[in-house]
Amino acid sequence: MAKEAEKYIPVADELAKRQKEISVAEFFTKNRHLLGFDNKRKALLMTVKEAVDNSLDACEEARVLPEITVEIVEMSEFKYKVVIEDNGPGIVKKQIPNIFAKLLYGSKFHTLKQARGQQGIGISAAVLYAQLTTGRPVKITSRIGKKEPAHYYELNIDTQTNKPMIAKEEVVEWHMEHGTRVEIDLEAEYLKGNQSVDEYLKQTAVINPHVTIIYTNPKSEQVIYARGTDNLPDEAKEIKPHPYGIELGMLLDKLRWTESRTLQSFLTSEFSRVGPGTAKEICEHAAVLPNTKPSEVSRDMGERLINGIQKTKIIAPPTDCLSPIGRELLEKGLRKEIKAEFYCTTSRPPSVYRGNPFIIEVGVAYGGEIPKDEKVNILRFANRVPLLYQEGACGMTDSITETSWKTYGLNQSGDSIPVGPAVILVHMSSVWVPFTSESKEAIAHYAEIIKEIKLGLQECGRMLGSYVRKKYKVSEQIERANMFERYIPEIADSLSVLSGEKKEKILQGLQKMLVKPEIKNEIIQDDEDDKMYRMDFKNKKEENEEAREETG
Amino acid sequence: MKKQEKKPVKQLEALGSKLVADIEKGKNPTIEFSLRSLSNVVFDKDTKTLGLGEKLQQRTFFNVGHAKKFLQTLEVAKVSKNLLDVGKHASLRDVFYMAKRTIANSNINIVDDQSESDKSLEDLELITDLSREQLNINANKMGSVAGNVTIEDSGDTINWAKLGSGGWSIPSNVEEIEFKSVKAKYIIYMEKQAVWERLHEDKFWEKQNCIIVTSQGQTTRGIRRLLQRLSQEHNLPLYVLADFDPWGFYIYSVLKFGSINLAHMSGTMTLQNARFLGITGDDANNYDLKKHFIKFKDVDMTRLKQISEYDWFKKNKEWQRQFKMMKDFGAKLEIQALSSKGITFISDKYLPEKIRKGEFLE
Repeated sequence: MAKEAEKYIPVADELAKRQKEISVAEFFTKNRHLLGFDNKRKALLMTVKEAVDNSLDACEEARVLPEITVEIVEMSEFKYKVVIEDNGPGIVKKQIPNIFAKLLYGSKFHTLKQARGQQGIGISAAVLYAQLTTGRPVKITSRIGKKEPAHYYELNIDTQTNKPMIAKEEVVEWHMEHGTRVEIDLEAEYLKGNQSVDEYLKQTAVINPHVTIIYTNPKSEQVIYARGTDNLPDEAKEIKPHPYGIELGMLLDKLRWTESRTLQSFLTSEFSRVGPGTAKEICEHAAVLPNTKPSEVSRDMGERLINGIQKTKIIAPPTDCLSPIGRELLEKGLRKEIKAEFYCTTSRPPSVYRGNPFIIEVGVAYGGEIPKDEKVNILRFANRVPLLYQEGACGMTDSITETSWKTYGLNQSGDSIPVGPAVILVHMSSVWVPFTSESKEAIAHYAEIIKEIKLGLQECGRMLGSYVRKKYKVSEQIERANMFERYIPEIADSLSVLSGEKKEKILQGLQKMLVKPEIKNEIIQDDEDDKMYRMDFKNKKEENEEAREETG
Repeated sequence: MKKQEKKPVKQLEALGSKLVADIEKGKNPTIEFSLRSLSNVVFDKDTKTLGLGEKLQQRTFFNVGHAKKFLQTLEVAKVSKNLLDVGKHASLRDVFYMAKRTIANSNINIVDDQSESDKSLEDLELITDLSREQLNINANKMGSVAGNVTIEDSGDTINWAKLGSGGWSIPSNVEEIEFKSVKAKYIIYMEKQAVWERLHEDKFWEKQNCIIVTSQGQTTRGIRRLLQRLSQEHNLPLYVLADFDPWGFYIYSVLKFGSINLAHMSGTMTLQNARFLGITGDDANNYDLKKHFIKFKDVDMTRLKQISEYDWFKKNKEWQRQFKMMKDFGAKLEIQALSSKGITFISDKYLPEKIRKGEFLE
């Protein structure tokens, strides 16, 4: 027995030897698709996108009109170099390694503020991907001011520890006064089309009319998307969470870390739209004393608080944390990049889902050079970032297909994407955009969001409809005038046979009448008589069905 | 040019001259004629026929809604004038093909469908106050007749009793026919060609000394005119044999009172002494035919309701009783259902019995 006991090692211990922490970097190495790096083509787009998003966020925060250079160079088959340079505020020296070579490091995750980036994964994920596919480090140059030196770094990520490894570090000469330059070598594939870097940059220019982008593609073709306005979007303010959006775990976390001494002051200081009165009311509804110490709030009490919040009437969150584009600028953006003949845009009033304020903006471009017999092109944006993938899974797309476009002058069969010469743009600004996945490609289906999008679509739809009808009417009028011109010789011939008069004479008489103003009115007007006639014709048809006798 | 063709030619010329005059005056060329629509069809209680009311409609050329119709009307007028000028006749189908062509420099056809040229011709009748036959346009021959009657047509003497199994086929224009001798005592008009063939094979007209007439379903103008002349000139009662369904009833209605569609021609076509012999709702009971009922469709019920509300049926208790029976059955019955009693049941028993007993509706 004793011998056996000596030999016996519990299985759990055995297993414990193999159990260890999984580093975030390791996790993403295996699950790169979660971040959108599932194939070579998409990897190229994601890399450009993450770098450009960061540049734009940084420029706007520093109130600088963004000017961004994007260059993609083909090194060998499936190997590309991506260089992105901005005129932003630059990055302080000691933060450079963390920002580019540490996953989940960033300033935006903990704040509720409208920004392009949210989680602090983006650019470091691109760096990690590049490192995995080419083994090359990311090369960063950044300078924060005229009097400061430009710092140059070559960085790798330690996938075990999720820490930056500095391969090279030096001060260099740089022509920019301030800004950041990122150079990444990665395995990629360059293709044009709907989900390409070209399309992403073009859409970025539409939705950010204050941005200039100079883009050189691997074929050495340069495109300049010039800015259409010198007005930077309003700076988005940071807000505290609204009570309606809070979940139990988050509440308990906040309670643990707060510096407030009472529950009441905790509620007023940690949440927006909660004053002492509202705080008391919440406590009352939750049957918890307002002077309870936050650290003494139990899980059970937390649950009661959540219920209490739902029972309390709290005004909607402030909306100055949002920075919508606005009707005029949105139209400018569309006009700038899409050659159409009619544009209309709308900016909805702010609304709220789960305590998060948001604004929906919709734009439609119609006619011109847009292909006529194809499905309409849908441009989806979240916080000024184009969404190119997962169109079918997106709440914006569903809002479009569930809207009836026939009345607005487009073709549509059932609940499908409408067909016609149009581009439909939907933009959602929010402090927290509910994406369906970490790769940020599709908007989740919250009823409040869908409703707002549909309202925006309908607003634009009505404007589109009245334009299309007017246009159709004009062409119909021209058609009608032509129709009479064609009928005249036939009429003249018949009348000549009947009356014995010369055909030429009758022909001239009729043609003279065609240009008379009162006759012109008769032709062009879709008058009452016409409608009556149609009605009469319809009635007659019914009668014919009634009367089964006598046709032959 | 034959004598009778002079009036039509004048009428057409008058129409042409009027429109040319409009154009010379710089006036929108306009044709005015009675409105042909249910709202302008009136039931004359004295003559017991349908006629057109006083509402007029205008057809002008420079009007988006009218232009095509105007064009079509003049086109058939031209066709008719050309026919009259050379003294030839054409069928409705011929007229359609004479009018059907694409207008130069466009993809518009003057007519796309025969129904359009037919309609235009009906309008032309109203405009010129001439019948289609007077305009030298004939319909297809559709009906058959047999019985103890001798006629003269285009110089030929024809005995309706001696025309084999097919009988005499009725032309579309019967105006020139002369009745030499009429020995028959009454006429039976039936909706179904097959029933006519049954009665003809059974020599029903010989046994009963009557005239049997049919057309395929619809009663053509030529047949209606022939029936009217026989009935009026020789004072023969007319019995109608049709299916027990709303459409069967309407065949009787058209023969007796005139049709909505051709209300303008009622005067020369209605038959005051027409009687509806069967099939009636009572027949379904008396002859045990209920097992052959065909269930009503929605459209049947709608039609039944329309018919029961016509002015000329509204106050007729006997007819309202039939409508109610049909509504209650929710079903219709074909004449041929009688064959279930034996192939010659209809000629041996059903018809003689009904006529002897005087079982009919008026």
